[in-house]
Amino acid sequence: MCLAVPGRVIQVHGDRAWVDFLGNRCEVCMALTPGAKSGDWVLVHAGFAITAVDEAEALDTWRYLAREDVGEMLGDSTGTINRTGPSSAKRLTSAGVEERSS
Amino acid sequence: MTRDLPSLVAELHAVAGALRRRVQIMEVCGTHTVSVFRHGLRALLPGCLRLISGPGCPVCVTAQRHIDAAIDLSRIPGVILCTYGDMVRVPGKTGSLEQSRAAGADVRVVGSALAAVKIAAANPERQVVFVAVGFETTAPATAVAIQHADRAGLANFSALIAHKLVTPAMAALLDDPGAAIDGFLCPGHVSVIIGAEAFRSIVEGYRRPCVIAGFEPTSILEALTAIVRQISGGRAGLENAYTAAVGADGNVVARRRLDEVFEVSDEPWRELGVIPRSGLRLRPEYAGFDAVARFHVTLGEDVDHPGCRCGAVIQGRLDPDQCPLFGTVCTPLKPLGPCMVSSEGTCSAWFKYRRSRGAAEAGGAIRVEAVAGNGADHRGSTHVAVAAGAPTAKKGSAT
Repeated sequence: MCLAVPGRVIQVHGDRAWVDFLGNRCEVCMALTPGAKSGDWVLVHAGFAITAVDEAEALDTWRYLAREDVGEMLGDSTGTINRTGPSSAKRLTSAGVEERSS
Repeated sequence: MTRDLPSLVAELHAVAGALRRRVQIMEVCGTHTVSVFRHGLRALLPGCLRLISGPGCPVCVTAQRHIDAAIDLSRIPGVILCTYGDMVRVPGKTGSLEQSRAAGADVRVVGSALAAVKIAAANPERQVVFVAVGFETTAPATAVAIQHADRAGLANFSALIAHKLVTPAMAALLDDPGAAIDGFLCPGHVSVIIGAEAFRSIVEGYRRPCVIAGFEPTSILEALTAIVRQISGGRAGLENAYTAAVGADGNVVARRRLDEVFEVSDEPWRELGVIPRSGLRLRPEYAGFDAVARFHVTLGEDVDHPGCRCGAVIQGRLDPDQCPLFGTVCTPLKPLGPCMVSSEGTCSAWFKYRRSRGAAEAGGAIRVEAVAGNGADHRGSTHVAVAAGAPTAKKGSAT
């Protein structure tokens, strides 16, 4: 499938990075976006960042995704190599929506 | 910055008012198919505009011979077969990967090609095969993974390459004399990689409007409006309605990695036959990673279930509810063809978000399959005949 999900780069190490998806930190390969750095937002597909996007676009997309079945999307689309954080993306999604409703 | 759906719908209707005939726009991408249904967009379209779903679901268009090859590979003693999740239930001639796993094969779902490489590194005594399916969005990941495996000297890693290219398929559809496609809603994330200019050949070679859209309903509606505006103005141009993520040339780094590892080849597409220069194969310097060659797999001929109309659905010639098997013999719980298996398949989307109108209109009863009570056994089902005219819940209606 071709869905890509936005995440925020936390820390780059070599050709990988820890990327945050509303509190769920996953390790993503950055080989296709070598210029991305900490704080940047990237679109992630099948475990790879495929392009950078600006924050406004990323947050817009998350507001939309937060209303959808993000659990399934997150698991399939990010396809990340390693993952830390709460196991339920649905719980995260509600937490993410609350955090951003300011 | 984001416009609301009602005003976008109103604008589409206003622009479509200038159309003098019915037009058919093909949405190429499976993610668009799902998004259209999830938001009930079809019901909001003007009557003169018909959306048809094209071959944009990589699982749906994987040739049966490749599915059978994956199953054969999974059955080789010692092999760990790694695959994206949506391939697991696709039926081949001899069953599915899921059934192979149930019979004892080591089939593992991975979300990333690099995860398969990691499994190979962790299991040096086992052969690890990765099923490399997907369009240009996904193929660069395979390229990087193979280069990783090469640098690490992993002799136990290989890949079944079944990647496909979108624009040659679009051209092949238009080459068909029966084609009735007036414009294309182009895939967003494929375009992130290949760039907007990749569709120039469709615009100039076939004089069809092409507009790239993101997967959100607002982006899809904006893109449809742009296509309709072009058609009613007698124009055929290339527009990008997803500039936040898509540039003219795409991801140059990703395209370079693709070019380093793969070359373009003729590729079999399920039900569409072989489309010239529409797939990828490993370059000679990486050919050692090809699983079909390494394990001497014989690629058979595609044989499909009699009555299965996935090919016509993929080509946009048929709506799912016009397939005689839809919703009766072929359902998400017991899919026959890939259009129903994949969550982004046209038939799967139709089934989840819409029931057949045809049966109700024809006055016949329609069957609804429900999962048996305990939910644990997906093979169990109860058949409930719903009389025509009985109200059914309409899912995916616009909010």
